[in-house]
Amino acid sequence: MPSQKTLTPTNTTATQEMTGAEMVVRALVDQGVEVMFGYPGGAVLPIYDALFQDNAAHGDRLRHILVRHEQGAAHAAEGYARSTGRPGVVLVTSGPGATNAITGIVDALMDSIPMVVLTGQVPTHLIGTDAFQEADTVGITRACTKHNYLVKDVRDLPRIIHEAFHIATSGRPGPVLIDIPKDVQFAKGTYAGPGEVVHAHAYNPRTKGDPAKIAEAVRLIANAKRPIFYTGGGVINAGPAASERLREFAALTGAPVTSTLMGLGAFPAADPAWLGMLGMHGTFEANHAMHDCDVMICVGARFDDRVTGRLDAFSPGSKKIHIDIDASSINKNIRVDVGIVGDAGSVLDDMVAAWKAGGHTANREALGDWWRSIDHWRARQCLRYGHSDSVIKPQYAIERLYALTRDRDVYITTEVGQHQMWAAQFYRFQEPNRWMTSGGLGTMGYGLPAAVGVQLAHPDSLVIDIAGEASVQMTMQEISTAVQYRLPIKIFILNNEWMGMVRQWQELLHGQRYSHSYSESLPDFVKLAEAYGAVGIRADTPAELDAKIIEMIDSPHPVIFDCRVEKNENCLPMIPSGKAHNEMILPEEGDDLGAVIDEAGRRLV
Amino acid sequence: MSTDPQAADQPASAYDLSHETEVENLATFALLVDNEAGVLHRVVGLFAARGYNIESLTVAETDRRAHTSRITVVTRGAPHVLDQIEAQLEKVVSVRRVHNVTRDPNGVERELALVKVRGTGAERVEALRVGEIFRARVIDTTAESFVFELTGAPGKIDSFVELMRPLGLVELSRTGVLSIERGATGM
Repeated sequence: MPSQKTLTPTNTTATQEMTGAEMVVRALVDQGVEVMFGYPGGAVLPIYDALFQDNAAHGDRLRHILVRHEQGAAHAAEGYARSTGRPGVVLVTSGPGATNAITGIVDALMDSIPMVVLTGQVPTHLIGTDAFQEADTVGITRACTKHNYLVKDVRDLPRIIHEAFHIATSGRPGPVLIDIPKDVQFAKGTYAGPGEVVHAHAYNPRTKGDPAKIAEAVRLIANAKRPIFYTGGGVINAGPAASERLREFAALTGAPVTSTLMGLGAFPAADPAWLGMLGMHGTFEANHAMHDCDVMICVGARFDDRVTGRLDAFSPGSKKIHIDIDASSINKNIRVDVGIVGDAGSVLDDMVAAWKAGGHTANREALGDWWRSIDHWRARQCLRYGHSDSVIKPQYAIERLYALTRDRDVYITTEVGQHQMWAAQFYRFQEPNRWMTSGGLGTMGYGLPAAVGVQLAHPDSLVIDIAGEASVQMTMQEISTAVQYRLPIKIFILNNEWMGMVRQWQELLHGQRYSHSYSESLPDFVKLAEAYGAVGIRADTPAELDAKIIEMIDSPHPVIFDCRVEKNENCLPMIPSGKAHNEMILPEEGDDLGAVIDEAGRRLV
Repeated sequence: MSTDPQAADQPASAYDLSHETEVENLATFALLVDNEAGVLHRVVGLFAARGYNIESLTVAETDRRAHTSRITVVTRGAPHVLDQIEAQLEKVVSVRRVHNVTRDPNGVERELALVKVRGTGAERVEALRVGEIFRARVIDTTAESFVFELTGAPGKIDSFVELMRPLGLVELSRTGVLSIERGATGM
């Protein structure tokens, strides 16, 4: 049975004749889209024309941001979506336009980012003839979208666009792609608004958790002696209210809280119950608490391999509760005792209500022992590092960046690698939606365009991309987009001249044979910034770092900050490949890490 | 290796280095899907991308007015893998219903086979006699061959084929499994 529309119509008299291209623009406006990211080409020219005319008639009610590469459009849309909770919208042409966007689409799929991608396609009568700039876009993206469409008839177009927004933003969010042949863009048809279309699919994700399972979970938590919350990006996706409810429930239960990379900010780092991130480069206390807990409450996380380490030794003595909106995430990697399918916010609401209604109280005596264990782990100070007066340590750079920006309205994006892990370890997030990073796919080049998207959504905020010199070159051209639209993003590059994480793994696992991980030739990032019309700043010593960071913050322009850091620093602590949470390597043990990893561990990713 | 009893329950993954032998079962899934371009690819692509096997696959439109088709997939896997396949199939936007026929005591599975057997003399007579036992229909005959049409559970067809093999089996064509539930209610 087709599900009925749930969105409120923005215009009840929306039905009227127009071209397919005009429908696209109109539907985006009716969906409340204010900003889209794209790049024109032959197969989307009618839509760009309709956009031009709409902007002329209605001001910039629908802003189009011209990127420099379609991958940048997709990542910018992700940054926009992640920092606002609204869907990101991408408009690209057929063939290479679509294929270039695919990395960003897969990234959004892996990290559950709501996104609608509109691609042009060759006219329907040319499909299948290997026409110029033809690619089988729906075929290529079937495996990397939540859903996708090829629109063959303009009469279907309004329904498809509105349904695409519904699918992208509800349930487990994800990217939805609509491929629109050029003749469909020219064809005339009758437009229908969001409230007037009938969806073709029986898509109706469950958001409310099963009350019996919620009651069972609450009983388990109430009887726990060593409980822990393990939270993820699902809490962020459930909206700010879910983060509030998580804080309330954690306080009621007295349990410590750890989070995945994607979930940072849902629980405030300033709270004494915060253990830091868990997993491969998580904290000693978070991983040991996960290993030794007796009740684990996983909220909106998916037992990813970076989190669990060795599965057969993962938290062996605990009862596990898993709350996830995606039923296929439950029992996928780790078998759990209570699986609750539902929206993290809704289920946390119900759990807090059930806790209060049941008159439950935390077992303060047992929790006292639990917290003493945790304090013992904390005392190991797993994030300490050797300071230097002559060289900037990368950890120190992030610590100073945090200290000098913590009182500001700040958003952080990252690329992928060592700098990303150091940012997750040393930058302390207090609120959701402030942290944008590529978790699942691990896309180098994500952070700079994501910062463009974040800055567009938050024009008066401080937006910083914590970057590495290798990652940032993958999408460096988007600094040109930032300059064009006067977006004062700050690209804070921890420049160690290495692909640092690759170098670290080669040091530890491949006998220090540094195969193709050193950048023999790097641009002068200060001159590069100036060439693009941005500001370039370089810091070489710890003594000058603070003043340079303040100069960066105070600049009203986009800035590329070349922070020259210690070249051979390893990112620790670390759970070596194939090891369990309680076999973490601390910084002082890091020197002979290669000896710790056995032959089987070497073969893992 | 952990000696904790719970560890034995954990599913295999990249980190579970031993990949201990797990009992794999056949399972038949009936799917009701929206009949639209690419829907079969979505289902088949899911199986390929996640490394699940397809033992047989049938698909045809079953309700022209509602634009729905029925896909029947026979797959193989350990119990937790079959649960995961079911959950992944239910996530596909174009899939309306997923039914694990094998786990349903009311599930019925049937397959149709066309079997060509060549032979003369005693073997030819024996082939015809076996065909009668299996209630196969002869739909073509020449002086030295028969084509049998046979329906039944996949196991029955397997038995028939094994009996025909020494009698001159030439060619075999099977539809793959179809399924339905006993009783008055529909899927």
